[in-house]
Amino acid sequence: MEMLSVKNLSISFGGLHAVDSFSITINKGELYGLIGPNGAGKTTVFNLLTGVYKPDMGQVILDGENITGRSTIEINKAGVARTFQNIRLFKNMSVLDNVKCGLHNDNKYSTFAGIFRLPSYFKTEKRMNEQAYEILEVFGLEKEAKILSSNLPYGKQRKLEIARALATNPKLLLLDEPAAGMNPSETEELMETINLVRKQYDVTILLIEHDMKLVAGICEKIFVLNFGIELANGLPQDVLNNPEVIKAYLGE
Amino acid sequence: MKNQVLNLKTRVMNINKSTRSNAVTIGGILIAYVVCTALINSGNMSNLLRNLLVAMCYYSIMAVSLNLTVGILGQLSLGHAGFMCIGAFTGAFFSKITVNTINNTFIRFTLAILIGAVAAGLFGIFIGVVVLRLKGDYLAIVTLAFGEIIKNVLNVFYIGYDSKGIHFSMKDTASLNLEEGGMVVVKGAQGISGTPRNSTFTIGVILLIITYLIIVNLVNSRSGRAIMAIRDNHIAAESVGIDITKYKILAFSISAALAGVAGVLYSHNIATVQSTKFGYNTSILILVFVVLGGMGNLRGSIIAAIILTVLPEYLRFMQDYRMLIYAIVLIVMMIFNWGPACINWRKNHSLKDLTKKLMKAKKEA
Repeated sequence: MEMLSVKNLSISFGGLHAVDSFSITINKGELYGLIGPNGAGKTTVFNLLTGVYKPDMGQVILDGENITGRSTIEINKAGVARTFQNIRLFKNMSVLDNVKCGLHNDNKYSTFAGIFRLPSYFKTEKRMNEQAYEILEVFGLEKEAKILSSNLPYGKQRKLEIARALATNPKLLLLDEPAAGMNPSETEELMETINLVRKQYDVTILLIEHDMKLVAGICEKIFVLNFGIELANGLPQDVLNNPEVIKAYLGE
Repeated sequence: MKNQVLNLKTRVMNINKSTRSNAVTIGGILIAYVVCTALINSGNMSNLLRNLLVAMCYYSIMAVSLNLTVGILGQLSLGHAGFMCIGAFTGAFFSKITVNTINNTFIRFTLAILIGAVAAGLFGIFIGVVVLRLKGDYLAIVTLAFGEIIKNVLNVFYIGYDSKGIHFSMKDTASLNLEEGGMVVVKGAQGISGTPRNSTFTIGVILLIITYLIIVNLVNSRSGRAIMAIRDNHIAAESVGIDITKYKILAFSISAALAGVAGVLYSHNIATVQSTKFGYNTSILILVFVVLGGMGNLRGSIIAAIILTVLPEYLRFMQDYRMLIYAIVLIVMMIFNWGPACINWRKNHSLKDLTKKLMKAKKEA
């Protein structure tokens, strides 16, 4: 079953074709890797998929629903969540509150109920706390729940970002360089976490990564992008041995 | 018995940190209130200070409400006095035309406060929709302009009423065409005079506590988290599906409505309300309270507002040097509050540590 189907997605900035005819089909539950040299347009693809940029051409279909050209908020509500290359946490809020922001749209009560502490406030907050702690436990962050998110060590900040994205209950999770800046043992731990998340939350994942060990280790399929154009697409062993990919990105 | 005391102690320690901090603030306000009332009743308070008590309350409300926009939403607004102006005028207008029909002061004043808050809140929504797509300096400039517009437009309003209803003009009192026996309520630059002086220190303190609770409860709720998420990182907030426009306008209008409450309190405290009082200077003054007390720190806002309301009055004996000293005090307060060396010093010399040390010494002895 197709979770995400992208056809001929293109965008140009001035004369630069940042992404040109990007097409990809991701099946439900798959873990897809998106790799390529710096400036290849990987993050631009993420920005197109999440509505940060409006595509010049092409269409994006998520689980049978056409989400092309919608706003970021609507796309998130449709079921796409993402993390960022440079961490974007809510720095002055606690770890728990960061995750509860992710739960924002699924647990509603009115502002009035919040200010005047009506019963719906207590009921919903309790449920949100339970859900948030559940997610934090998956990432091993439950002990740090009350501390400020900016006081977390780097690796845990990356994890918290994934936790916050997962809290929005997405169908498709986009991870932008989740292992950037991590040491080998942290990367290893992250791989385990990603596998665990897939099992527990039944989520389809598309990730950008430069760490080939991680990509080859967990991705079921790989897409290689170079100068905004598809270079290769398929199973890891085929893609990573493709002479063009080796020439353009991996190095001989 | 001893166990029970210990139990109570751990229970108190386990209460949410923010709840404890709220208890400290509200407790502080109440203690200050009791002390002030005792001083008034025993006749030990100077007239100067007694006349400032209500002013402290409405300036504190203004500071706390502006903190919602500046500290918690993270948007710089320089037009906050404009909302106070709307609250002051609508509240005073209502009180003036109903002073003979609604005899119960409590009901009339409560209604006046609600009307002032709603009017200012509506203006907050209206202005918020227009200006909140701007950010930073641009937003500051536009809010400044709106504040001035409100002030200057109200400056030429003439409103009167007679048996036929309310008459309105922007020229002069004569063009209102009032019947004989009609009353001019708003007289252009002269504003509204003769508003019933219902504001008391007690009401001021109650309103301050209500304002404080509204903002604290808002901050610790779902909407408050959304507002702070927008402040911390609006791109990430969008990516988790938080409706940025909605929550910006929500915070801005609540802040405006509370400023309207302060305005009603103001207009029922003095003989004449004039729109020129709500200019740029007042907006900046309130922003100074917020910055000095700390962005997002409500207790700090209240303390700064109180100190900076009282201080200029007590510096009057210095005549021309008054504002010079005022400026120096601002700088000293700023350094004491936010200088890294001072923060460290405060940490090492906190009251908590001192009591702990004393307890230890006592035990050893």
